[in-house]
Amino acid sequence: MSDIADRVKKIVVEHLGVDEDKVVETASFIDDLGADSLDTVELVMAFEEEFGIEIPDDAAETIQTVGDAVTFIKGAV
Amino acid sequence: MFDLTGKNALVTGASGGIGGAIAEALHGAGATVALSGTREAPLRELADRLGERAHVVPANLSDAEAVVALPKAAAEAMGSVDILVNNAGITRDNLFMRMSDEEWAQVLEVNLTSVFRLSRSVLRGMMKARWGRIVNITSVVGTTGNPGQGNYAAAKAGLVGMSKSLAYEVASRGITVNCVAPGFIETAMTDKLNEDQKGKILTQIPAGAMGTPGDIAAAVTYLASPDAGYVTGATLHVNGGMAMV
Repeated sequence: MSDIADRVKKIVVEHLGVDEDKVVETASFIDDLGADSLDTVELVMAFEEEFGIEIPDDAAETIQTVGDAVTFIKGAV
Repeated sequence: MFDLTGKNALVTGASGGIGGAIAEALHGAGATVALSGTREAPLRELADRLGERAHVVPANLSDAEAVVALPKAAAEAMGSVDILVNNAGITRDNLFMRMSDEEWAQVLEVNLTSVFRLSRSVLRGMMKARWGRIVNITSVVGTTGNPGQGNYAAAKAGLVGMSKSLAYEVASRGITVNCVAPGFIETAMTDKLNEDQKGKILTQIPAGAMGTPGDIAAAVTYLASPDAGYVTGATLHVNGGMAMV
């Protein structure tokens, strides 16, 4: 299961160009990691591809933090 | 002049005069093209004439399901959609007071809503590629208005606002969104005009002649090219000086 968290972190680090130690479970993509709204759309696209899942728009809106993403993906894969 | 080698372009309304010329110009600049339209025979004919790097993907843009399927079919045929030219358009002209809800809705559906749906669909691949070109064919009447074309002018003006909004959103991802606004161009659409109407129109055009589909295709080729990367949210008017806006 921690494998999912690692893969999520890797995507976030690569996409947002932030330090790995900043990508903690409680980190908000927008408030803490400097993402803009389009970045969050792209992150969702990247998660969908990495994990072979569909993240509907209403679910995507609830994914605000790194932990939110990990929790959602764990439930979806 | 402009090099589109390795780029994949989807052109809607490619069975018409302007769309066919656009597809031909993009293809001539090295792009692979997917030709869309409602009538398959003229699309096939054009594809045969272009030879390699030309695919036929028929679609009726008044059918919402077909609109969803089209970008997928184009991406399957070409591998990706790097350039989307929204050229397809219909007219249902009528005096405003006589215009039916249906005439209004049909024109908005094909000329505006389908462009929204097609653009939304191709953006995903463009975002990932960090490169994309959307060129929407509008019309001089979207800026000037035209009696009998309340629906058409509304849709075309709508495209301009839509293009600018989208241009804002995706500019940082290497995607540009622009419009080309033809004036009076020699096509089947303007062939319906009688000599008297044409004569009147010509007095309004400083260049003294109607434009050709090639004039529009040249503008599209520029905006689709890597050279136009710093141009976004713009409307390039190609109208012989008829409306200098």
